[in-house]
Order: sequence, then C-alpha cells, then structure tokens
Amino acid sequence: MSKILDDIRYADSHEWVKLEGDIATVGITDYAQHALGDIVYVDMPEVGDEVTKGEEFGAVESVKAASDLISPISGEVVEINEALEDEPGLVNQDAFGNWIMKVKVSDASEIEGLLDAAAYAKICEE
Amino acid sequence: MSHKFIPHTEADIRRMLDKIGVESIDDLYRDVPAEVIFRGEYDIPSAMTEIELRRHFEELAAKNKNLTVFAGGGAYDHYSPSVVAHLLQRSEFYTAYTPYQPEISQGTLQYIFEYQSMISELTGMEATNASMYDGATATAEAMFMMVASTKKRNRVVLSETLSEAVINVVRTYAHYHGINLTVVPAKEGVSDQEAILKEMEAGDVAGVIVSCPNRYGIIEDFTGFADKIHALKGFLTINADPSALAVLRTPAEWGADIAVGDGQTLGMPLQFGGPYLGYISCSKTMLRKMPGRVVGATKDIDGKRGFVLTLQAREQHIRREKATSNICSNQSLMALYATIYLALMGKQGMKEVNRLSCDGAHYLCNALVATGKFQPAFPGKPFLKEFTLRTDLDMAKVNEKLLEKGFMGPLVLGDGLVEFAVTEKRTREEIDKLVEIISKEA
Amino acid sequence: MKYYDKLIFELSRPGRKGYELPADNYGHDSMAELPADLLRKEDLNLPEVTELDVVRHYTNLSNKNFGVDTGFYPLGSCTMKYNPKINEEVAAMPGFASLHPLQNPDTVQGALELYYNLQHALSSLSGLAEFTLNPYAGAHGELTGLMVMRRYHESRGDSKRTKVIVPDSAHGTNPASAMVAGLEVVEVKSRPNGSIDIEDLKPLLDDTIAGIMMTNPNTLGMFETEILDIAKLVHEAGGLLYYDGANFNPLLGRVRPGDMGFDIMHINLHKTFSTPHGGGGPGSGPVGVAEHLREFLPNPRVRKTDDGRFYVDFGKESLGSVSTFFGNFGVMMRAYAYILSLGKEGIRNVGPMATLNANYIKENLKDDYLLPIEGVCKHEFVFDGLKDKSTGVTTLNVAKRLLDYGFHAPTIYFPLLFHESMMIEPTETESIETLDEFIDVLHKVAKEARENPEAVKDAPLTTAVRHLDETGAAKKPILTYKALQAEA
Repeated sequence: MSKILDDIRYADSHEWVKLEGDIATVGITDYAQHALGDIVYVDMPEVGDEVTKGEEFGAVESVKAASDLISPISGEVVEINEALEDEPGLVNQDAFGNWIMKVKVSDASEIEGLLDAAAYAKICEE
Repeated sequence: MSHKFIPHTEADIRRMLDKIGVESIDDLYRDVPAEVIFRGEYDIPSAMTEIELRRHFEELAAKNKNLTVFAGGGAYDHYSPSVVAHLLQRSEFYTAYTPYQPEISQGTLQYIFEYQSMISELTGMEATNASMYDGATATAEAMFMMVASTKKRNRVVLSETLSEAVINVVRTYAHYHGINLTVVPAKEGVSDQEAILKEMEAGDVAGVIVSCPNRYGIIEDFTGFADKIHALKGFLTINADPSALAVLRTPAEWGADIAVGDGQTLGMPLQFGGPYLGYISCSKTMLRKMPGRVVGATKDIDGKRGFVLTLQAREQHIRREKATSNICSNQSLMALYATIYLALMGKQGMKEVNRLSCDGAHYLCNALVATGKFQPAFPGKPFLKEFTLRTDLDMAKVNEKLLEKGFMGPLVLGDGLVEFAVTEKRTREEIDKLVEIISKEA
Repeated sequence: MKYYDKLIFELSRPGRKGYELPADNYGHDSMAELPADLLRKEDLNLPEVTELDVVRHYTNLSNKNFGVDTGFYPLGSCTMKYNPKINEEVAAMPGFASLHPLQNPDTVQGALELYYNLQHALSSLSGLAEFTLNPYAGAHGELTGLMVMRRYHESRGDSKRTKVIVPDSAHGTNPASAMVAGLEVVEVKSRPNGSIDIEDLKPLLDDTIAGIMMTNPNTLGMFETEILDIAKLVHEAGGLLYYDGANFNPLLGRVRPGDMGFDIMHINLHKTFSTPHGGGGPGSGPVGVAEHLREFLPNPRVRKTDDGRFYVDFGKESLGSVSTFFGNFGVMMRAYAYILSLGKEGIRNVGPMATLNANYIKENLKDDYLLPIEGVCKHEFVFDGLKDKSTGVTTLNVAKRLLDYGFHAPTIYFPLLFHESMMIEPTETESIETLDEFIDVLHKVAKEARENPEAVKDAPLTTAVRHLDETGAAKKPILTYKALQAEA
C-alpha cells in the first residue's frame, strides 16, 4: 500500500504539490515511485524555466521505463532539488521528502483544481 | 522441397500440419484474402548452386576495376591488418543479435565497451555511444542533440567546409524534422567563424557544426571559437576523422560539446561505400541526449565484472515518439572492426599511419606544384593526408588517362579545384608514376 | 574453459606492438611542420599489445557470445535465420572489397549491376515499382519511407498532411521514426488480437493525415484480414500506406505488400534476406515504393540505360540524401547471394515454412503457456507468460532459465498489450528436431516453475556472468576504461 499524505494536493498524473505562500513544491508520489521501480535519473528543469500546468517539465527514468513529469501548476522554477542529480534513488526512499522543483506560482487558484488525498487514493486503487 | 537452408521433408510437414490441426500449408494462409495470394512467377533467376554462384560473382567482379586510389572524399584507402578480417569471421560475433540477454552476450558488450573507450580516447570526450550508421547520419543526430539540449532554439548553423555528402544528409534530416539550417559559405577554404558567430546573434541558434580536417583537407584552427559559441549559449559539434585525431588537436581540446565522424578511416575496406560506421562522442552533460545504444560496466550478483546496455530509458522501444532518436541498433560488427584495428595499431601505429600519409601527401603536393600546372588552392593552409589544388588542366581527361593506367585520380570539385588523398598504403613509386602520367598529359 | 575476464587495455605493456608499417622514405617529416596549436596535446591511451594478444583476446570474447551458429535463437520480431556461409565468401571478394564509392561508374559496372539486380529482385518479391538500397537499417528505412511520404504530399502542395497513424501495437521504432521525420503520431487502437480497429480508424482519416504505418502480420503475428478495406479507406482519404517490413518473412513467397495496397515499405535484409545481424549491425533497410513515388526516392540511385549500362543518377524531385554513399553495400552482396541461392522456386518456401514452424511450437506449448489469441499465426506468436501464474515465475525468469538450457530467449515484454509477453519466432531454417527440443525444454521449465519456483527465479545459473546490476549501471554510468579506472 502506497503512502498518501493528507495535507497536500495531487495530479492524476501522479505528481504532488504543496503550496506555501506563492511557492509550490512539486514531486512525484509514493505510488509513482513504486510503479517505476528503481529510479536511475531525474530529468529536471532549469531554474528560471517557465512551467505550465498540464505540460511536461521533465522526466523520471528507471532502468526500463521512463515517465514524463507533468507540472500540476504554472509559474517560474525557482529551485530544483540538486541532490537528485547524484542520488536519484532518494525518490524511492522517500518520494514526499525528496521534492523535484519549487515553483513561484503565477496563479495560486490553480491548486483548487487538483485532487485531495481521498480523491487521489481512489485513482491509485483503480 | 528440401533445400540446404530449409530442412523440412514431406514427412516433417505432414507431422507438423497434423499437430496444428490443418490440412495443408494453404490453410496456414486462409486468413489472407485470396486475391492477394501471389500466383505469378517472380522475376528472379532459378536457384544457383555454390559453383554457379561463385561464377556469377566472379563475372560481376570482372566488370569492376581495382584501382590505385589517390582520392578520398570521405572514403580512404587505408591499410587493413589481416587479423581484423579473420576475427570478424568468428560467427559467435557476426551471427548474434543486439545484446538483449547480457548473460550470453558478454563478448559483444565488452567489445562495445572497448570501442567506446578507444573512440573516447581519440576524441577526448567522456562518452561515446556504441556506433551509428555513418559519419553523415551521426552529424545529423548531433544536430538533433544540440536542438534538444536547448529547449527553445530551432536553428543550426553549419559551415560549408563540411563535405558535400555530409551537408546533403544533414540538410535532408533538418528539412523533414523541421529544423532551420543555415549553411555559412567558406572563406579561403575554412569556416568563416565571424560570419557564423554573427548568425548566432539572433539568439535562435542551438549550435554550430564544423569539421576537421575539412572538405578541402585543411586542418582548421578553432582557437577561441567554442568559448564564443558557449557565450552565446550555443553548442559546438566538430566532425572529425577519427584516424587523424591520433595526432590532431581533439574536439575536446577545441572545447567542442559533441564529436562525430566516419570510422571508415580506421582501416575499413572501401567496399563501394559501406559498411563503415559513424561515431558520436559527447561531454558528460549531454550524455542523456545522445542517441543510440550505450554499454556500461557493472557487476553480477556474484561480484564478477560484466557489461550491460544502459541508459535505455532514452530509447525508442520505451519512449516511442518521445525518444531522443529512432536509432535502435548500431554498426556493431564495424565497431568490433574499429576496436580490433585500434588494438593492433596502438598509440604508436596510429601516429605512424598519420605520419606516412602526411609525408606522402606533402610529397605528392610538392611534386604536382613543381610541374607548374598546379597551384595550392588555399596557400599556406595546413593539411594532413588530403589536399586541394587549382589547375587549368582538363582534369576529366587527365583522370581518363589515369584510369587507363590503373589509377583513381583526384576528385574534381569544380571551378578548377581538384582534391588528392594519400594514405600509408601508397608508395613513393606510385606517387612518382602518378605525377609522371599527369605531367605527360599536361 | 577458464573464465576469461580481461579488457584489451589490461593486456597493454609499453613498447609492444601489433602492426608493421612500411618505412617512411619520403625524406621529409612534414608532420613536424604542422602548427603545434593544431596538434593533439593529450596522451593517446590505446593498448600496446602483440598480434597474438589481440587474436586470443577477441577469440576469448567470442566464446562469451551466443549466435545463430551456437544454437536456436527464437527472438521474436528479429528473424534470426541461418546466415549462409557462401554469403560471407562472396562479400569478401577482392573484386568488390577495394572499390572506392566515387570511382568512375565505368569501372564499377559489376557493383552497380549487383545493386540494380537486387533492387529489381526486391521489387519483384514485394510487388513495388522501385527500391533504394541506401538506408542502413530497418529504422533508417522507416525514416526514409516516411520522408518519401512527406515528399509526395509536399510535391502536390498539400502542406496540411502532418500526421501519421500508428497502431498502439506497433514496434516502438514506428512512432520514433515518425517523430524524426517531423510527423505527428496519431495512435489507432488495436482489437484484442492486435489487429487495427477499423471503426476506430475511420474518424481519424481526414485531410491532415499523411498516411498510416502498418505491420502485417502485426506484432502479435496475426494477419490483418481487413487490409484491403483499410487500404481503400486510407487511399480515399488521400493518405499513403507504409508497410513495416520487420514482419515480411512469413509473406515471402506467398503475399506481396504491393498487392495489398501498400505504397511504401522497408525490408530488413538482416531479417528476411539472411544477412547476419552482426551483434546489432550493420544491417540494411531498403525502401520500396509504388510507381507514382519513384521520383522521390533518395539520391544517389542506380539505374540502367536502354543499352544495358548502369549509371548513378541524382534526381531533382528526390527527397534528398540519407547516406554518405550507397548504403551498406557489403550487406547487399550477402542478400543478393541468398536470393540467388534459393532462386525463384525455392524462395516460395520461406514464408510458408517459417509459418509452419511457428504454429507447430504454439500448438505444442499452449497447454503450459497462456495463449491469448487462438487461431493460425504467421511467423511468430505471443504467449502471455506461464498459464499457472500462482508460482510467481515470470516471463523474465523463464527467459533466463532458457539460457541455462542452451537456447537464446524469446523477445520478452513486447508487445506491450500483455503484461508477460513472450514472443517466439523460430524462422524456416530450423528443423523439427530443434523445435521439439525447444518445446521439451519449455515444458520442463513450466514443470520446474510448479515444483521449485525459487530455483527458476535464480536463473541463469550456468552462464559466464549471472544477473547483472543494471540499476547501478544506469545510476552511475561507467562507459569507458578511463572511467572504470577512476572508479577502482
């Protein structure tokens, strides 16, 4: 059974987002890391890149699979988790602790359209 | 029905059809619409025995003429050590497929690792893939890599000093893929670096492609060029002859991000244009954008060293239309060729090959200029084994004469330019003879 | 044999050499006069070894490989048929090996004739008007074929056609080639048997469609029975049909793609026409086109004058060039020898015997392995793993166990339509005795899976190396000897 945290929002493409002020922290869910298996590479955006809700901002790769990362929110990338460059496996260890990017959001209301924990849990069951 | 390549006897076929539960071979095709079953006769000859086949190939071979080659243009008559061809005939190598099952493919995987190591030595770059189709397609793939690495830039600038064949292929790939390609004219036989940098000012250029030695045989000087390109946030690809890199300043030393080229110069038989191989090397930062197969070292569960295909998540069988390229194989056996060749020649042999070619080329160049009928096309420009001269002679006619005497003369580039190549296989006597024939014609 | 575990670099000793070159008698060291700035500074760390070192090293490496000559290689979609030895002999003939590709055509008439004859033979065998032999591999052929498709629409000023339809069951190369050719991929769904859902196809056919890429038989080894209807629909919509020749082998001698309505196809000479796979290449991916597309084929082309001379042609309407010269000529020589060895009568047995072999294996193993689609297959078929899933033994485990028994594994986890895909393609060159041995071993593995599943999961046990750490290799790529040394 995958872990799902209550206080954050989810996209049906298995990213999570936590909004604090106008900064959103984005990562992939525990369910997603399980499905991928051993993650060997995280393709991250660059600081300063614009990301758009619903559009690709990077990818996660395991040995025999690759999955695009879809941004759950729009804005400008202000920080990426550089630790993942050397140790992508951290995502497997703790998907919620090891975020991928931080975004200065351009429209905080976008978060309202995302799933809450209960709705996301339902998707994972299907 | 039985043939040496098809073992089925009538009894076998009967037994197999019974097991399958059908009456006849035709029943195996009952799902095919009757109107598309081919009932005509193929327009090919009847079966030949080995005796007839050998005769047929001998007859075809007799219609070809083996020449003493003094031309290059992307294919050079270098020496191939006997050992290479022998080892390539080990059928454990040539009858294997891509190493999908690493436990029983360590032979292939290890030689690819050795190949990657040797090409990386030559180019000075950190990573090399398992090989590409040829130098021209490898250059086109480098163009894709540069565009993919710069997100929003969709133009590539290419110097006209690349060989025409490479430019044609890159142009084709760019056209269909939808990349804007700008070809910057040469200036006195070399890349017009100023004009290239000027093109970059628009801010939409992902990268630049140049070559060394270039289409005229000239060893170009790229001092400071990579830094200027990088300052404009572009990438630099150098197309280089891997054999020449044993002595010439490497793409890495010039500051290039990608090195590509054709491996034919590593002793591969001319074979009317192929198979050769293309190589592609890059810096570590571009590794994930590199197309094709890559082999990495690892260990098995007992701690033994072993090799595997790695970074496969970039590839088409996983990423489909999002892959970095559609390449799903390599010129593996030719990579083995290059590996064995480089192992035999070693660092000393590679230097000697270049020294002999270089000395022979300069000897020929001087002798031709001394006839008074030729002038250097680009005076003072350094060259290695290939060089371009200017002449008023009717070179088509001269080349006809050379053919009669068993020589392949220079490539005729137009505008009075002709290009000769000399390798370590040419002797001083052959060169003297060539000059003598040309002088007589003149 | 004692386990051999050396890299060529590890045999290197300063001062050894494996070559002899002529003395330099030009009397002048021209290289010394090249500007120092243009010369290499970094040391060149290539091995220094003797000829015998090299011969033993690579012979030992070859012993760690499995090829068609070693044993049965039922790798689905790869057509690992026997590679005749006469092909190797003729390909090495000196009358061809030293021909420069830019020689005067008058001096390479034999080579051009061979190229032309092979073009012509492929046309006759496939029902298409003309072939180019320039593409280097199947994927390269796909790309070239799609460029022909685009060039055709471009020549008609039809710039709206920017999409290509690709079934979800297609080889991964299809969508990747489309992407490289600048086409947008539109996926069409497959029915459970892998065939195209014609009802799903119809609404996709509008004036933005350049064409469709099809594999027939499809990647499940099943013939597309509605191909004529599909061809009609696509043509009516103004699109072209592309045939992925990866699965041409079962049709060779029976059915011609041109007769099914295909406009463009590629052929893998290294599959259907017996040229060696070479550990991943060199292959050759000729592309054939229907009459109305001939002028768009890539340059250079080889053509024949009325008086029987062969010449090299550069067409103005051509899509451009996709290769430096004429492609992998050495591979073409082998395919040509193969066609002549079988002849027009013998070649008729290729597809049928390949199909017979595949169906025979399928019928013998469907008691232990899950056959998702009943019915006659073509040259290959797919099992969805073991029937009994309770043991936890996966397709990967079965594949690895086969290695212990001296067989190559089938293609696994493709197609993606099933979770435990195991795709088996025996080819026509295998005898019933070999097939029976393979069947027996797969039954044995199924029995082991029931009785001692943990042992099967540990396979392979007897290979030169065992399960390799692919995750570690991908996390921290070590791609050169230099990097390996830095690691140690």
